[in-house]
Amino acid sequence: MTMRRREFLAGTAILVLSTMKSRATIISGGLPWTPDAGTPPIPVRPGPWHYFTSDEGRAVEALADRIIPPDPQTPGGKDSGCAVFVDRQLAGPYGRSEGHYNQPPFMPGTKQQGSQSQKGPAAVYREALAALDRYCQSTYQGKRFADLSDEQKDELLKNIEDEKTKLEGIDGKSFFAQVIKDVQTGFFADPIYGGNRDMVAWKMIGYPGARYNYLDWVDRHNERFPLPPVSLMGRADWSPKP
Amino acid sequence: MPKKLPKKDVVIIGLGWTGSILAHELTDEGLDVIAIERGPWRDAPTEFPPNYAQDELRYRIRHELFLRPEQNTFTFRNKMNQTALPIRDWGSFMPPNGVGGGGVHWNAETFRFMPSDFVLKTHLTERYGAAFLPEDMTIQDFGVTYDELEQHYDAFEYLCGTSGTAGNLRGQIQEGGNPFEGPRSRPYPTPAQKQPFSHTLFAKAARELGYKPFPQPSGNLSQAYTNPLGLRMGPCTYCGFCEWFGCGNYSKASPQTTILPLLVRKSNFTARDNSEVLHINLDRSGKHATGVTFVDTGGVEWEQPADLVILSAYTLFNVQMLLNSKIGTPYDPVANKGVIGRNFTHQTISSVNGFFDNKKFNFNPFIASGAIGMCIDEFNGDNFDHGPHGFVGGGYMGQVQTNGRPIQSASVPPGTPKWGAVWKNATRDNYLSTVKPGTGVHGSFYSYRDVYLDLDPTYTDRFGRPLMRMTIDFHDNELKQNAFLTDKFAEIIRAMGAHTLDKQYRKGPYDATDYQTTHLNGGAIMGTDPSTSAINRYLQSWDVPNLFVMGASAFPQNAGYNPTGTVAALAFWAASAIRGQYLKNPGPLVHA
Ligand SMILES: Cc1cc2nc3c(=O)[nH]c(=O)nc-3n(C[C@H](O)[C@H](O)[C@H](O)COP(=O)(O)OP(=O)(O)OC[C@H]3O[C@@H](n4cnc5c(N)ncnc54)[C@H](O)[C@@H]3O)c2cc1C
Ligand code: SF4
Repeated sequence: MTMRRREFLAGTAILVLSTMKSRATIISGGLPWTPDAGTPPIPVRPGPWHYFTSDEGRAVEALADRIIPPDPQTPGGKDSGCAVFVDRQLAGPYGRSEGHYNQPPFMPGTKQQGSQSQKGPAAVYREALAALDRYCQSTYQGKRFADLSDEQKDELLKNIEDEKTKLEGIDGKSFFAQVIKDVQTGFFADPIYGGNRDMVAWKMIGYPGARYNYLDWVDRHNERFPLPPVSLMGRADWSPKP
Repeated sequence: MPKKLPKKDVVIIGLGWTGSILAHELTDEGLDVIAIERGPWRDAPTEFPPNYAQDELRYRIRHELFLRPEQNTFTFRNKMNQTALPIRDWGSFMPPNGVGGGGVHWNAETFRFMPSDFVLKTHLTERYGAAFLPEDMTIQDFGVTYDELEQHYDAFEYLCGTSGTAGNLRGQIQEGGNPFEGPRSRPYPTPAQKQPFSHTLFAKAARELGYKPFPQPSGNLSQAYTNPLGLRMGPCTYCGFCEWFGCGNYSKASPQTTILPLLVRKSNFTARDNSEVLHINLDRSGKHATGVTFVDTGGVEWEQPADLVILSAYTLFNVQMLLNSKIGTPYDPVANKGVIGRNFTHQTISSVNGFFDNKKFNFNPFIASGAIGMCIDEFNGDNFDHGPHGFVGGGYMGQVQTNGRPIQSASVPPGTPKWGAVWKNATRDNYLSTVKPGTGVHGSFYSYRDVYLDLDPTYTDRFGRPLMRMTIDFHDNELKQNAFLTDKFAEIIRAMGAHTLDKQYRKGPYDATDYQTTHLNGGAIMGTDPSTSAINRYLQSWDVPNLFVMGASAFPQNAGYNPTGTVAALAFWAASAIRGQYLKNPGPLVHA
């Protein structure tokens, strides 16, 4: 049940053509408005992985921390929740490429024609993370990716990016590009989705988040906007302390 | 067997911008009108209230408000000798879905085309000679003039409450407006929006370089407004969640804010949502439409008979509907014959990001709106002598940055790694001091013999019908145009004080994965000759006179502006022809 509800939060459940949401109606006489009919996002809860195995989860946390390394001011990808974000996204409609055109034949095309893969991101992660660990175990005396030193991780990722290192059976370069995109998306998305914990990414860049009114600020040029960010869940200091 | 519904005077296919305009006009005429819309009913309190509308992941990255390719998509290839493959997830454009159509989640940049854009072929041939145009370029005049459309542009702007500064009032050039625009009969209904810092800086730099910057005409309103239908809108709050999003403030012009609340109260109007029209039905002669067949999301098929059919399903779906309904002769690029699918065009977009010293510049990029911006028009249309440059066409350009939503807009200078500590620091150091105009250079896309739409031989939709196939590539003319304009634009960004520029020229081949705009045009073009156009100057089908086709599918080629101002003006123009001429004497309004 929690899973179903959560799928609404990335919105794509609406495309299931037979859901209640999309039942055909006849509209006449007035606006068809009913109270509380919206679909507000359901916050991601911390807790066990929804999609990843524990090895996969460790690998993605390690990847997230190299893509966004921690520094004294701002936590890295792992502590800001990016792996949790990716896990929850892969467990939902995004992971299954829900809503995409999925009819055969699947033929390879040009770059301009876009992905023609039958596999959704969830399946891609499963295969590629296994290939990454296999490569590490055979190259670094049985160590998995998460167990390498930061220097070893960076060097390997650089080589994968530059196609100097190939992973068996998968396109390592495009997989890593996808992880970069997903992790950075989680870093900057609303914390309601599990990444950007405590709005750390927004504080880092000076983005005020889900605020909706800058009328008083549009002509205050070249001044730093003074208010801290808010998320769709509000702010921690707005909630009464237990 | 479809279930048969009682006959109506008018059936409207698609309740987006043009469908809403026609529904309002024809119900005012007293006709009994039904609109059939593929997607759901959409309104602010349910779908994008201000307590969760501002969600970049949901609305921008996962594009909640748009059509799903599994429901309908297209195949795509660059060249006629390639195999087209399906667009499995959207990229270079985003088809709308649901009541309000693209009006829900557009930016609301509300331009008019220039007078010369409507007589493009004649104008360019007279000025440069026919030999100046590429041989396979198939541009045409629209068959309607700016002067004929002026009152209809005006009607749309007053419907929307468009915020702007007039540049040409009845022939008098106005300070602060766009001096290149066609004469307008009265000022914009509301004054231009206030401009954020980087936008004003662009205007200052442009002015110092000798250009005449003007505020982009905007459907994000500068102040509260009551439109001629009595519907009220609030001032835009520069929330920065505008295009791709619905407005939770009733500040963005859309069918929801400007037409629908009144329309749905009329007793002679009905809408059906979540209902997709499959085809237009014809009688035995093939020259008269009898209504439409549609299927609802419960899988039930219905037949809706009507005397008059308005096709307003958006460019691509209009053309697809005509092909599926076997109305008009499909275009054959080899024989250069036929009309349905010809002169398909898009837009030629590029941009230049400028990186500024963060100790001196703080742009607060999140303070913006969908149609905010300062622009120049010196390089649009034929506003400059193309003789020395060897191309035709152009576009407006400007600092039109609409947001600072970080997933999409956090930028780093060229050469920065894509990940790691260097990326992280660069992201932090540049977010507040980068100018990222989005569609900074908004160039025209002229038509060519080998850029067209037809039915795909391989891939099918969920009903087993062929998908529509897009064959589209950039031609040298557009690439030259873009290189020239992008360099001009970069000079202005440099003059604003940027220390580093990232020039993102538009390069071929056309890439279906790279978002440009959702300004697709042509395929069912208007004109004066039935052998080279699908509809006449009143948007009436040459083949089936009780069918009118709205939308940018009518454009013989695309100008260097956003389309909707012109799309809406044409809709009002067609509505007035239906009301004033057609209904009195149903039949062809133009005899070829
Ligand atoms: C993100 C975005 C930003 C944009 N910004 C701008 C801008 O700033 N300025 C500008 O000028 N233009 C802009 N546009 C373009 C603008 O939205 C369109 O030009 C405009 O909406 C076209 O009006 P229309 O009536 O032709 O189509 P739409 O408004 O798209 O309406 C068509 C309707 O038909 C429905 N439909 C389709 N097929 C069927 C069928 N078979 N049966 C039933 N219903 C069907 C669709 O669901 C849709 O609701 C933007 C578009 C997008 C996507
Ligand atoms: S920028 Fe203005 S018009 Fe656009 S969504 Fe926000 S408040 Fe509405």
